[in-house]
Amino acid sequence: MEHSVLTVAMVYLAAAVVAVPLARALGLGAVLGYLLAGIAIGPWGMGLISNVETILHFSEFGVVLLLFVIGLELEPQRLWSLRRSIFGWGAAQVGGVTAVLCVAAWLAGISWQVALIAALGLSLSSTAIALTTMQERNLLPTPAGQAGFSILLFQDIAAIPMIALVPVLGAADAHADAGAGGALKAAGVIVGLLVVGHYLVRPVLRVIARTHMREIFTAFALLLVISVSLLMSWVGMSMALGAFLAGVLLADSEYRHALETDLEPFKGLLLGLFFIAVGMSVDFGVFLAQPWRILGLALGFLVLKTGVMYLLARAFGMAGRQRTLFAFLLSQGGEFAFVVFGAAATARAFSEETASILVLVVALSMMATPLLLIFYDRVLEPRWNGQRKKRKSDPIEANEGHVIIAGFGRFGQIVGRLLHANQVPLTMLDHDPDHIDTLRDFGFKVFYGDATRIDLLTAAGAEKARALVIAIDGIEDSLKLAEAVRREFPQLPILARARNITHYYELMDLGVTVVERETFESALMMGRRVLEQLGFGAYLSRQAAMRFREHNLKTVLEVYPYYKDREQYVSQARRANEELHAMFERDFVAIKRDREDEDA
Amino acid sequence: MMSTHRALMVFADPALHRSRISRRVGDAVRSLPGVQVQDLYELYPDFFIDARNERSLLKQSDLLIFGFQLAWYSMPSLLKEWVDVVFKPEWAEGAGPLRGKSCWVAVACNSMEADYRPGGRHGRPLTDYLAPLEQAARACGMHWIEPHVYYGADRADAQAIDAHAAELRELMAAHIARLPAPQAIEGGGHGA
Repeated sequence: MEHSVLTVAMVYLAAAVVAVPLARALGLGAVLGYLLAGIAIGPWGMGLISNVETILHFSEFGVVLLLFVIGLELEPQRLWSLRRSIFGWGAAQVGGVTAVLCVAAWLAGISWQVALIAALGLSLSSTAIALTTMQERNLLPTPAGQAGFSILLFQDIAAIPMIALVPVLGAADAHADAGAGGALKAAGVIVGLLVVGHYLVRPVLRVIARTHMREIFTAFALLLVISVSLLMSWVGMSMALGAFLAGVLLADSEYRHALETDLEPFKGLLLGLFFIAVGMSVDFGVFLAQPWRILGLALGFLVLKTGVMYLLARAFGMAGRQRTLFAFLLSQGGEFAFVVFGAAATARAFSEETASILVLVVALSMMATPLLLIFYDRVLEPRWNGQRKKRKSDPIEANEGHVIIAGFGRFGQIVGRLLHANQVPLTMLDHDPDHIDTLRDFGFKVFYGDATRIDLLTAAGAEKARALVIAIDGIEDSLKLAEAVRREFPQLPILARARNITHYYELMDLGVTVVERETFESALMMGRRVLEQLGFGAYLSRQAAMRFREHNLKTVLEVYPYYKDREQYVSQARRANEELHAMFERDFVAIKRDREDEDA
Repeated sequence: MMSTHRALMVFADPALHRSRISRRVGDAVRSLPGVQVQDLYELYPDFFIDARNERSLLKQSDLLIFGFQLAWYSMPSLLKEWVDVVFKPEWAEGAGPLRGKSCWVAVACNSMEADYRPGGRHGRPLTDYLAPLEQAARACGMHWIEPHVYYGADRADAQAIDAHAAELRELMAAHIARLPAPQAIEGGGHGA
């Protein structure tokens, strides 16, 4: 059956929109929801979609984008510092799981070539499932998350020689066409990527940012990822690995958060598409032919892989409570297994039937992951938690939270520099690229972006920030931002600069408790200097200014309940003049009274 | 608006963030009913004191307590500013509003008692250094209660500090209990 692109898109979106919220509501998690949606619309469900492979291929971009975004969060130095973890953990995992599975299969009477290929393929885990889950649960900073991430990264690298190795074990004499020329090409592309990424991409991003056209910025971000991925696949390397490298290259750039924000929705949808495609690829024909054998294989595979992972975690000294979660997270077979088995079938290393059985086992194991995690959350975790509560909880480390400054113009700069001088970690957001360049020259971390966008704030780590300073120029933007932050991050304290008194009151309406009128203190200082100039004497001038300041702050709060009425008056010029007159009168009387009071 | 406190503790520590004692004492005292604690460095970091407010708090109290750690044989500078601004002679002296109230000092210092002796490191007893405060209180017609001194503040461990805070709290409660009944001060009407 032929489908137009739009019809297919409609079916996918409808399936996702129905299945995912349903799965969430049932507490099954989004990944399982997508998988079920895929089964429902696939050849063995309602049969709405047929060309599964094309879609699986296309949706790989979800994984690619996921790795790009993860790359963005890893600066090169941090990646370098992870190298031991990547090769240590990665080699141990791939080697350990492969060995155990291979021996088990060989003992079951399968030829060693088939056993080895199957074991190699099955040792790889699903980057999409494991990383998405770790991100959802904010596990990446934990030891289990770090280990998991290192392993997944290693697997992406290891998949390349595996795919090259499979034909060698096969019956067909398919020679790997890579050879020395291929390796040279790959090396060339990576070096090119490093150079271009460093010297070309950032200037281009800057030029595009300066046009202030968001959609072009987004388009360029997508273009960047897609072209890097295609380039990598052209030289026979993993697209995801290429995207990851591109992300790392841009990790310390000022556009990091903006890129992340723009690609996030694409990443999410394409990953969803990927899971749907996996769901569709489950061949129930093969399954129904020998259900018990396949279920047995899947179960045996899961038990062996989880067991090896658990033992590895123990050998590497991971904390007891994290071992199980870690083993569950990486227990499933991965996307690359499909590729490896496909290549093996093509090279006639094993039969089509073996390949489809193994693919089915991988798909089932992918579906099992969300269930294992539910089991962990509902059964294991509460039990351990119950035990832990009896112990005295560890003291929480002093917070390492940063302060976000939205708007780094003349006001935000002074705030930022004061905080910086006192070693307060800062994240600054500004939408003027020229500005950002200058500041970065001086070693400040400034990110490009429209601070009023809540998703950008999320990417900038608003969740873990200690405070937000709103120092943007536009009154409307300032209020919009304050309102959105109150709604999305109610626990984040907001300190805002007010352009004028009405702005001040409007911020107070939004529950912003710390508001500074941007010109008040400096004008006060100026008044004090005038008094000095008039011969008041430095100390007396200071006292006069401070007295006025105290009185003014009090009055401003007293008038607050009526400001909306007042605003209406002030809109008329004559009334405004009267208001000013009244203010002068009030100041004079109050200051006089204060002074008399103090003297007697 | 009407607070019902009977004691006002004027509390000054410019380095609360590294003080081992002041915070605990402040917290312990604050939890006593009938005590208002004015943390000067928190309220007036710019050294501009709201004299009107401080005086109205003083008028409501029967016991004034100064709580501080010795700074170069005297009180911290903001506390001195407080005394200068609030105790304007024409307001406070003689038959002024402070007459008949009590005044007590709770002071901590780093040296040991032995240092505050003739021939010791600091030459004279610590209470000698409190003489200006004592005389100011007497000049305003206040009843001077024997000061409480805590020696060796910088070598006290957490346990000692807790004990000290609890002791101060008890002493303060006892002083409050010994105060004359409120009406005895308010009433009278000596005429002008």
